[in-house]
Amino acid sequence: MYGNLTIRPEDIENWGKKVQEEDPEKLAQFEARIARGEKIEPHDWMPFEYRRQLIRLIEQHAHSEIIGALPEGTWITRAPNFRRKLALMAKVQDEVGHAQLLYSAAETLGKSREEMINDLLSGKSKYSNVFNYPAQTWADTAVIAWLVDAGAIINQTTNSKGSYGPYIRALERICWEESFHLKYGYDSVVYLATGTPRQRAMLQDALNRWWRPIMHFFGPPDTQSVHTEKLIKWKVKLATNDEMRQQFLDMYVPKIWELGLTIPDPYLRKNPETGRWEYSDPDWDEFWRVINGDGPCNKERLAVRRFAEEKGRWVREAIRLPSARYVTPLA
Amino acid sequence: MASLDPRIRRAEPELWHIPPLPLEPLGHWQTYEVFILRTRGSHAQHVGSLHAPDAEMALILAKEQYARRSQCVALWVVPTDSILWTSPEDEDLFLPATDKTYREPQGYLHTRERLNKYRDRLKPSAS
Repeated sequence: MYGNLTIRPEDIENWGKKVQEEDPEKLAQFEARIARGEKIEPHDWMPFEYRRQLIRLIEQHAHSEIIGALPEGTWITRAPNFRRKLALMAKVQDEVGHAQLLYSAAETLGKSREEMINDLLSGKSKYSNVFNYPAQTWADTAVIAWLVDAGAIINQTTNSKGSYGPYIRALERICWEESFHLKYGYDSVVYLATGTPRQRAMLQDALNRWWRPIMHFFGPPDTQSVHTEKLIKWKVKLATNDEMRQQFLDMYVPKIWELGLTIPDPYLRKNPETGRWEYSDPDWDEFWRVINGDGPCNKERLAVRRFAEEKGRWVREAIRLPSARYVTPLA
Repeated sequence: MASLDPRIRRAEPELWHIPPLPLEPLGHWQTYEVFILRTRGSHAQHVGSLHAPDAEMALILAKEQYARRSQCVALWVVPTDSILWTSPEDEDLFLPATDKTYREPQGYLHTRERLNKYRDRLKPSAS
């Protein structure tokens, strides 16, 4: 009851076996608690599979925030004016701050931050695929800040209704901060859309390049997504990938059209009978290819993280207290 | 493709030759729990944890991480290590083991009733 929650490496290896060994009575109590709408807190009993899936989910989310700061960070030195530079720096700082919050939430499940970062650097853990694409012009940063962050807000607002206390607390805070990103992004997009013909062309060009990665953002279609059912029952996942993609299209396609921009998909339309958006196949082969390492920026993203960790190592070591002892954070 | 980031181009050629060296345990230091006093007169509230090399640095990082936008009049940090806790799994610890209504206002609901009965008894009979 008093003590430290730690997951030993052998636990992780034996996870498959432990899933078979779950105490049925405890499992039933756990599921009943979630069904009643109660939250699960770090020191509660939980099935190994729930713990494993949450670590995977929150860790990937944290990596996405920290890697997600890189494409936009590229443009800090070349922002078009001082106010935009300040706003972009604030946004990038927020993203890195979100990574800190999420790593802390994932850590309460027993995996240390160092282990998570090691898995990122070795390529074992994934992060959101959208960040493996480059921000080629200033307009790309505007499209990212508006539409990628819009996607992130839909995803995070959905997940914030989940069952794990530390994750939903982090998400509530994150969503609140992201609302500034969305406003800033929309303002930047509208500025370009109402600007000179060259500014409009630059914006349209950026949208053309980012549309496909944005369609990939919510993950593969439900027909290709595995073991969703149990995760929905445990409120780890609150909506399917396709449901979130539909919500995004519903909210943002009209706003994009309102600006007089075109979306590079001739088949995109809302079917008036089903009320659902139809679109052409956004090339899921490309999605899998990029997520497995072969995207335009995968190598650069990881190289930058390795560089930062390695170059900062001596500083971190120099100021570490010899008496430091690791315990799992509380909540 | 060649990087679009001038800072990355400056870091070359070293950049591409750093192996994914594993971080050692405590490579990102120990953790501290952070508490915020949002307004004067309120209770300090736990808001999360962070990694820091010592308490002073934890305060600086807590300001960046937890008080960047939201209102805050004071911050506390405590090494996670120093906190003794009970698990929410043991929430029944806090349920009363025996009838303890004698210590609650709800334990005294029939006072007026008793007084009314007494006064009824004292009234001269109508017949």
